[in-house]
Amino acid sequence: MSEITASAAPPLPGTAEKLKFYGLWAAAAIALLLLPRIFSSGGSLTTFSLIGISIIFSLSYNILLGQTGMLSFGHAVYYGLGGFLVIHAINIIGANKLPIPLPLVPMIGGLTGLLFAVLLGWVSTQRSGTAFAMISLGVAELIASSALILRTFFGGEAGISANRTKLLRVFDWNFGPQIQIYYLVAAWTLIAVIAMYALTRTPLGRMCNAVRDNPERVQFVGYNPHVVRYLAFCFSGFFAGIAGALAAINFEIANSAYLGALQSGTVLESTYIGGIGFFIGPIVGAIFVTFLSLGLSDLTPVWQLYFGLIFIAVVVFAPGGVTGLAMMHRPLLKAGTLMRVLPSYLIALLPTLAMIAGFILSLETIVHYSVNPGDDPHVKAFGVSFDAASPLIWATAAILLIGGYLIARKTWTWVGYAWDEATSVAREKGIAA
Amino acid sequence: MSAAIELCGVEKSFGEVAIIRNINLSIARGERHALIGPNGAGKSTTFNLISGYMAPTSGSVLLRGEVISGLPPYQINRRGLSRSFQVTNVFANMSVWENLRCAVLWSTGHRYAFWKNIDNLPEVRDRTAQILTDINLTARRDVPAGLLTYAEQRALEIGITVAGGADVILLDEPTAGMSHAETERAVALIRRLTEGRTLLIVEHDMSVVFGLADRISVLVYGQIIASGTPEEIRGNPKVREAYLGEEAA
Repeated sequence: MSEITASAAPPLPGTAEKLKFYGLWAAAAIALLLLPRIFSSGGSLTTFSLIGISIIFSLSYNILLGQTGMLSFGHAVYYGLGGFLVIHAINIIGANKLPIPLPLVPMIGGLTGLLFAVLLGWVSTQRSGTAFAMISLGVAELIASSALILRTFFGGEAGISANRTKLLRVFDWNFGPQIQIYYLVAAWTLIAVIAMYALTRTPLGRMCNAVRDNPERVQFVGYNPHVVRYLAFCFSGFFAGIAGALAAINFEIANSAYLGALQSGTVLESTYIGGIGFFIGPIVGAIFVTFLSLGLSDLTPVWQLYFGLIFIAVVVFAPGGVTGLAMMHRPLLKAGTLMRVLPSYLIALLPTLAMIAGFILSLETIVHYSVNPGDDPHVKAFGVSFDAASPLIWATAAILLIGGYLIARKTWTWVGYAWDEATSVAREKGIAA
Repeated sequence: MSAAIELCGVEKSFGEVAIIRNINLSIARGERHALIGPNGAGKSTTFNLISGYMAPTSGSVLLRGEVISGLPPYQINRRGLSRSFQVTNVFANMSVWENLRCAVLWSTGHRYAFWKNIDNLPEVRDRTAQILTDINLTARRDVPAGLLTYAEQRALEIGITVAGGADVILLDEPTAGMSHAETERAVALIRRLTEGRTLLIVEHDMSVVFGLADRISVLVYGQIIASGTPEEIRGNPKVREAYLGEEAA
């Protein structure tokens, strides 16, 4: 290493940092291994499996959106096709007694996703921006509607099912019980996450970021942005196919919903809510949104409405997503000024929660009158029973909503002041904020 | 030996409007050549035609004797021609280090590699560190390019342009909007970084042009009205009338 490199290049990670880095992955692996010991119910194992699948799918989506700057409305195509192929593969392997164990089957899904990305991606990645978004939407519609037309392959409305337990056994596991599926999903999640992280640390991964920032300039440093986008698209399709395969194995069925617009929309929302600017963002988003959709659907019949509102709130108030919001506090933590903003958060929390409570009360009342006005007005939402016909409830809702908003607005200003103060102190200490 | 860059009867029209009208220009290897002319003369368009940003309507552009007009910009860049932009054109969300490293990657042969760890490429590190030191931005290495000061962004712009090791460099108004002191530093930087390479520069600041260039071409209304050494251009009555007049007076 030359003298100039030694003085000007960023230092290479030392042994301690390397240990910390590999330790983090090892800790993740151990956590995945031990998780079922702590939460052993069938329900939580299913939830964990769904989260793992969603993590792979969201990260694969972020290769496009966060890393290469391509907004896709049809990412479920590669997820779904991976799922369908895997169901067919399981049936063929089972019927012919082929020597392929289930743990290797997700690879078939990945290769399917890759194959279709290779075929469909060349045209759509010619341009990014609106053109790419529109083509992705068109392709998604095309594939989703053929799923209902080509019944022999896609099985029409009912879809196609398979029996995952009929394959070659490994270590005497037949992958019937959910715990065995959990470990299968966990292992693939860990492998896929490591692979996708490694991809960001390669020349291609860095050029993806360059294409995202400025595709024009990329051409003048020797790269064809179309090829960069295309390769990113292929990788994204590959990992989406693995996610779809795991979903198909988990449910033992693939149907047209796998390929549909709703699935494409969900992965976009999870990724964005988690935060597209950080590698860990989609992981956070996948965990958050899976819990949210499972949790909210128990609490209220109109959970999708709340989910949509949360998505809008993130887009408007926290474009960096949950992770971006958390990362904003890192300079404050380093400068030791985090305690200056936390009290203002607590103060602001109270009226904001009151406002949200008023909003939920009004919303549920409106839902009662617009969806099923003939029913008993004693409704239950978020575990709280109330009489939707009572003027007292209406008044409470109005007071909470309006009063909460007026007070909350004041407290948000205080949060702003506290924030400015804390960041300016951090900046004085030479920590970029 | 063929010229570094040669323009033969190059014309460019946008619809009915002819912007470049029959340019013939030859720049020898190792020469520092300045392209001057009033606003709207077609200087930036000429750059766009040479670098492949646009294709000429007719005529051809040659790089070391090979026709490059009609090729996409990245292929021209791979043949050893690199350009900067008049409006700063960097990777705004990426750090200074990452910006320069992206500019080094192709020429070090790593292309679209997705099987190599970017931090384990010693020649990439060395080259990037060298350019970073050359443009004096070592202290700003980890700052996102979008947060640099204007003069720093212009220096980074030049750094990205030369990082790939191209031997033909096109700089589009590298000192525009700079203070006097910043301009002096930028000229010294350009002189140092283009040592032994061919340079074509568009510039409005006449002290920069006359201080830096071996030869000057004057572009007016899409035509080159004069081409020669700084002394010849200074003494050319046509040039004085068309362009230098108000400033030389």
